[in-house]
Amino acid sequence: MSSKHSVAVIGAGMHPWGKWGRNFVEYGVVAARAALEDAGVAWTDVDFVAGADTIRNGYPGFIAGATFAQALGWSGARVSSSYAACASGVQAIASARAQILAGLSEVALVVGADTTPKGFFKPVGGDRPDDPDWLRFHVLGATNPTYFGLYAQRRKSVYGATDEDFAQIKVKNAAAGVHNPYARYRKEVTIDEVLSSPMVANPLRLLEICATSDGGAAVVLCSLEYAKRHGIANPVTIDGISTVTPTFPNAVIEMPNFATDSWSSVAPNDLTFRASIAHAAYEEAGISPSDVSLAEVYDLSSALELDWYEDIGLCEVGEAEHLLRSGATTLGGRVPVNPSGGLSSFGEAIPAQAIAQVAECTWQLRGQADGHQVEGATVAVTANQGLFGHGSSVVLSR
Amino acid sequence: MPQVPVVEGFFDPSIPALLGTRCTECATVFFPAERSWCRNPHCSSSTFDEITLSTTGTIWSFTDAQYAPPAPYVAADPYVPFAMVAVELAAEGIVVLGQAADGTTVADLEVGASVELVVETLYSDAEGDKLVWRWRPVKEA
Repeated sequence: MSSKHSVAVIGAGMHPWGKWGRNFVEYGVVAARAALEDAGVAWTDVDFVAGADTIRNGYPGFIAGATFAQALGWSGARVSSSYAACASGVQAIASARAQILAGLSEVALVVGADTTPKGFFKPVGGDRPDDPDWLRFHVLGATNPTYFGLYAQRRKSVYGATDEDFAQIKVKNAAAGVHNPYARYRKEVTIDEVLSSPMVANPLRLLEICATSDGGAAVVLCSLEYAKRHGIANPVTIDGISTVTPTFPNAVIEMPNFATDSWSSVAPNDLTFRASIAHAAYEEAGISPSDVSLAEVYDLSSALELDWYEDIGLCEVGEAEHLLRSGATTLGGRVPVNPSGGLSSFGEAIPAQAIAQVAECTWQLRGQADGHQVEGATVAVTANQGLFGHGSSVVLSR
Repeated sequence: MPQVPVVEGFFDPSIPALLGTRCTECATVFFPAERSWCRNPHCSSSTFDEITLSTTGTIWSFTDAQYAPPAPYVAADPYVPFAMVAVELAAEGIVVLGQAADGTTVADLEVGASVELVVETLYSDAEGDKLVWRWRPVKEA
């Protein structure tokens, strides 16, 4: 499936997700060293390092590329640091890919890591009445789960989703996560346990909303030429990357906004923003959703995974509940979704998460996902979306 | 006690109504108000009319906050959960968020049902009452 626009993923590594309470740099370095070892590449051979930023860990977090480079030992590699909310990790991957495809880099390291506070994500401190992310908390008390709750209720009302459907997503992802050594929660849950956990943002309950976690992930990318020279005949490749922004008018209410764009003068695009994200990655890779063996999608809530089924083209709009109930998206099904256990089992470590999705797909395509392997996987897709018009999708194949 | 909006320029409690702008060239509506450049990518206007938005709409979706949101939200002590509504205003072609009016729970809300804008006290401090817009279900006659 690889083309002249492809780059190889020759190494992947993670620091286990959890609530470790240590400095994020440590997680990033553990993940980076694991990825380099997996690739069989010396750090001093890396000519480009791309960091995904964290905004909750002071200045070192804003210049993550340099922070990780210094921690690994200054080597003179060129550097970039990316912030794109939940899509930061893929923006960093896209930055490295561009360098490689332009012939400016042969082998690049991409790293993201985070240390998160307990509880709801809240805005960065200080009074900032001109910052929508500050205002939505102050004026409305609108947390991230508020928006997840709105989407979930909308699915119930418009498409007939049930509380049991939402709980089943959690049950499915928890069962997969049990077998993932990097997941934070590795315990099976039952529908009854989900439905008896405390209500947070109606209709979503505590076990259906992703936690905030510490963690780190890294990948080593290189040109197809370098991979061959390096003795890797059949590497996993990245064939498409999307970091598209919405098109005006964005008619779906999104974090951290008070309102949608108005569609009073311009009609909305046929594709919603969330659907446009994976669409662009498929187009770049030259594949269609029917080619996909597995998907890693951003299940910030259980219900949101159903939205993604439609947005990445696994089924028509309004058919996600049917797809779930058919078992197609469960491990062993036609197109397993979140075989890693998803955010449901990891909790979100923002700058690491999109890289972790790519790392999981890499292991799946190599047949190395012990206990949660999708048999015969040849094509994988990732998708995520975050605040302020950010989203990402990556198509990988082998 | 003086009563002032919790945020400047979003609504006028004396009407009461949400305050927005409308581009003088392409007629796109903006809430919160946009006064610099039109955000329609096909339009390069920088002039806007000040408008008030419709005060009734239909529920696009709803949820609630069973746990107190973190600061800078000023939560009552003891905390009282509130419902949140996303309301579609047909004339403006826009969905606007807002808390549901005092005493409204998710059991009172339904996608597609009508709501009207009201102004209520969000919290009170030494300076007085801080007002916010909220959405209240319209009682069927």
